[in-house]
Amino acid sequence: MILTSALATAATSVVAEGSTHGEVIAPSVNAAANATGTFSLIWLLLAFPILGALVLLLGGRRTNKWGHLLGTLMPIGSFVVAVMLYFAMLAQPANSRPVNQHLWDWIVVGGFNVPVALQLDQLSMVFVLLITGVGSLIHIYSISYMSNDPNRRKFFGYLNLFVAAMLLLVLADNYLLLYVGWEGVGLASYLLIGFYIYKPSAAAAAKKAFIANRVGDVGLSIAIMLMFVTFGSVTFPGVLDNVSGASATTNTVIGLMLLLAACGKSAQFPLQSWLLDAMEGPTPVSALIHAATMVTAGVYLIARSNAIFDATPAARTAVIVVGSITLIMGAIIGCAKDDIKKALAGSTMSQIGYMIVAVGLGPIGYVFGIFHLLTHGFFKANMFLGAGAVMHGMHEELDMRRYGALRKVMVITFITFSCGWLAIMGVPPFAGFYSKDKIIEASFAVGWIPGLVTLLGAGVTAFYMTRLWTMTFMGKPRWTIENEHPHEAGPLMWIPMAVLAVLSVIGGFVLAWGNAIEVWLTPVVGFEHAEGPIPVPVLEGLSLGLVAIGAVIAYLQYRREVPLTPPQHVTPLTVAARNDLYGDAVNEAVFMRPGQWLTRSLVFFDNRGVDGVVNGLAATFGGLSGRMRRLQTGFARSYALTMLGGAVLIVGALFLVRL
Amino acid sequence: MTTAHYVVLSAILFSLGVLGVLIRRNAIIVFMSVEMMLNASNLAFVAFARQAGNLDGQTIAFFVMTVAAAEVVVGLAIIMTIFRTRRSASIDEPNLLKY
Amino acid sequence: MNLDVIASAQVGSNGGAEIVFWVCAVIAVSGAVGMLVSRKPVHSALFVAMTMVSLAVLYLALDAPFLGMVQIIVYTGAVMMLFVFVIMIVGVDASDSLVETIRGQRWPAIAFTAGFAALLIGAIVNGLQGAPDPSLALANAADGGNVQGIARLIFTKYALAFEITSALLITAALGAVLLTHRERHTPKATQEDLSRKRFREPGHPGNLPPAGTYARHNAVDTPALLPDGSPVPESVPGPLHERGSVRPVNAGATDEVRSLAGGHTVITEDGGHVQQSDDFDNGPEAGDKP
Repeated sequence: MILTSALATAATSVVAEGSTHGEVIAPSVNAAANATGTFSLIWLLLAFPILGALVLLLGGRRTNKWGHLLGTLMPIGSFVVAVMLYFAMLAQPANSRPVNQHLWDWIVVGGFNVPVALQLDQLSMVFVLLITGVGSLIHIYSISYMSNDPNRRKFFGYLNLFVAAMLLLVLADNYLLLYVGWEGVGLASYLLIGFYIYKPSAAAAAKKAFIANRVGDVGLSIAIMLMFVTFGSVTFPGVLDNVSGASATTNTVIGLMLLLAACGKSAQFPLQSWLLDAMEGPTPVSALIHAATMVTAGVYLIARSNAIFDATPAARTAVIVVGSITLIMGAIIGCAKDDIKKALAGSTMSQIGYMIVAVGLGPIGYVFGIFHLLTHGFFKANMFLGAGAVMHGMHEELDMRRYGALRKVMVITFITFSCGWLAIMGVPPFAGFYSKDKIIEASFAVGWIPGLVTLLGAGVTAFYMTRLWTMTFMGKPRWTIENEHPHEAGPLMWIPMAVLAVLSVIGGFVLAWGNAIEVWLTPVVGFEHAEGPIPVPVLEGLSLGLVAIGAVIAYLQYRREVPLTPPQHVTPLTVAARNDLYGDAVNEAVFMRPGQWLTRSLVFFDNRGVDGVVNGLAATFGGLSGRMRRLQTGFARSYALTMLGGAVLIVGALFLVRL
Repeated sequence: MTTAHYVVLSAILFSLGVLGVLIRRNAIIVFMSVEMMLNASNLAFVAFARQAGNLDGQTIAFFVMTVAAAEVVVGLAIIMTIFRTRRSASIDEPNLLKY
Repeated sequence: MNLDVIASAQVGSNGGAEIVFWVCAVIAVSGAVGMLVSRKPVHSALFVAMTMVSLAVLYLALDAPFLGMVQIIVYTGAVMMLFVFVIMIVGVDASDSLVETIRGQRWPAIAFTAGFAALLIGAIVNGLQGAPDPSLALANAADGGNVQGIARLIFTKYALAFEITSALLITAALGAVLLTHRERHTPKATQEDLSRKRFREPGHPGNLPPAGTYARHNAVDTPALLPDGSPVPESVPGPLHERGSVRPVNAGATDEVRSLAGGHTVITEDGGHVQQSDDFDNGPEAGDKP
């Protein structure tokens, strides 16, 4: 990991150099008002999916006939309520937008007061709309995608459970309740990755995801404990308003622990190994959880805790380093994967790296990190749904080497997927352009290395996404009508894809118009205008140039022959990328093998040592009693003799005492 | 003689009784040694009665004699009963409490 | 009266009391030692009786006349005789061997006992130093005598103990009866059964000739002689045979018997003579000389 330390030292040395002067707008919202009027419906956002999950999971096979419909209606209901709440919030002045709905007191122990309360401010509003909106679309898609599965009802139950947990995560008004949602999405992810329970690889992948998440959860627990010890409270205002009162070390440690949690949930280095395996789950799961929502929970956490990170440059540097490494790792892995979902997963890893870098940059980047999160949700979900349509059309074939020229038979999928492809590459005026370029600008403002890394990442992103797109839709068909007969997806599948495609096209433009997203989020996270060493137009030109180069190279290479089996004479980098950059090997060597050795040695010590002591004690007593029972001769006279001996001792003792 | 003399004699007789219980194997002789011990304690009682100047010690000795008589009756009956079945009066014979 | 002598010897430590004490003490201890080392149980019983009698004398010396008498009557007379009777029933057997069969029993026992005695004696001597001179004259005179004094104590202060002891005695008697009861498993043999049995078995069915028929002596250990001069073993009790104390047959006596049976006169050493007679069944007649 020389790469890591080099990046770290370079980043710390370089971060200070960049000029970030410009007006700094600090977070300026008032304390959350009580929820009245329309806002009293906040709890409905959670109630719908919870109800759906309960009915579907507890109702059992009786609900099989209409279960999927109920499961879809619930997030749609939440989406309707979310829109209503959004308009109500728009009517409020910017600083008074946050509302807090207290549901009940959860833990009241001495000085530790944790309520179950939902806080809706601009940041959580954005997330709520994303979760319910994209979630509803994916639910509609799943009706058709999972129509052949006998366990469809259970699938919708789990999906509703996930939506409920994710909403709780973003709506919680204190860290402990957030943790509940955090764990809930982890659980839902486990259940959904391992949905095909008869597949051992799916079960193993689910377990891996859960364990990696758990490591991150430890970070969050420690952070919460530290918060309570330092600030005496775990609510957002209680912690974030008092950050300046704590020592720098405490803030740094809390920040690092929060970063660890984010790594676990968002599949960042070093806890990234689970994301690619998580593609074992059904495609709607990959789209919803591992592209749009759950993996963005880490970004949300860091954005929400902006006050803490603003106070510790060290933790912030760590965030940038982690994000940068993951960015490059995901991109390299994505280049070498032939499985379409795994390639998209590598892409997800990389894009979230972008978001993490953005929120690690400080006030200059929070807004753009969230912006990119939104646009990424649109186009990545779009592409995953498209991949699902392709898989369905090609009879669950995942290997892109068997695709090719699908644009001719799956037209709608081709169009929607292309919208997503252009968006992720950052081609104007598609969505990704606005968000990603802002991140690159902000990175340069902080330091050369983050800037160069993000810029290079853009080029590699273009390369592998074009490779994917070309291998799937362009070139010559590597299938035959008689054998595979691929077909277009049904309406329930392509309508959501179309909606997301539209959003991929116009989403960025709309949100950036008049700096709408900036204006919306600034009161919560603060904003600072970034002034980088390279002027903005030059930067935009550079990034577009790199994108073009990457795309052209990939197109030219994969338009022609694509061998059906992966070529064996490849560079070591390709071999490494095919093996996920040896992430699993490292985990095994560093954790799994020592752990197994430790348990084996402990078992040995338990058997020999502890059991030996116990058994030895028992044997000692057995031996002693075996010797001592020979005193029982059965003769009354020998017993009388021992009695006399005792009497002599007693009389002697009495005599001595009196003497 | 001083009381100490009598009580020392009592101690000696008592010890000889104890020795008899420990050394002899015949049940009846063991029993007689027990009687010897009782007699020794009677002697001590009477000597101390004279020392204390009242008759309580003698009364107690009287009761001891009575109880000793009753005990001899029952004990010898037991020995006879055991002898009938076992045909031996040795107290080493019943050693079922052996390990 | 001996009692007076001993009583006068109580007042003050004069030589009389000392002599009595030392003599009786020696007798008592030797009796105890004799009990320990005797081979035969009867000898042990008699040695114990000896000890008890000397203890009775010591009681007398200790101003306890009543107790001394009770000691002799009850303890020596009743209890020890009970022992002797039981020894008779139980009989002699090999357990009287003085060889010690349990290892590590004899010498540790002697050692412990010696230590025990030493401790007791040390404690007694230590505790009784400087004790005032004792005397029971006052106590004995208080109620008009030793017996009366003890009686008053028994029936007033120790009345409950007295009642309980009496219950104990009753219980002991009952217990003895119960323990020695032999359940009859077969029906009791009637006289007819006994008679039949006697005549079926080989041997002499009728009464054996009592000692004295053709007898020359009337001692129990001298066997009777049959007409042919052979001794009758059954005329001597069994235990005497076992002890080997049957008197041997006198050869002169057998000759006398033979000649008498043959109808000859026998002149005895003291000059008396016995007239022969043909009539053996009639026994002595009126005209016979004694």
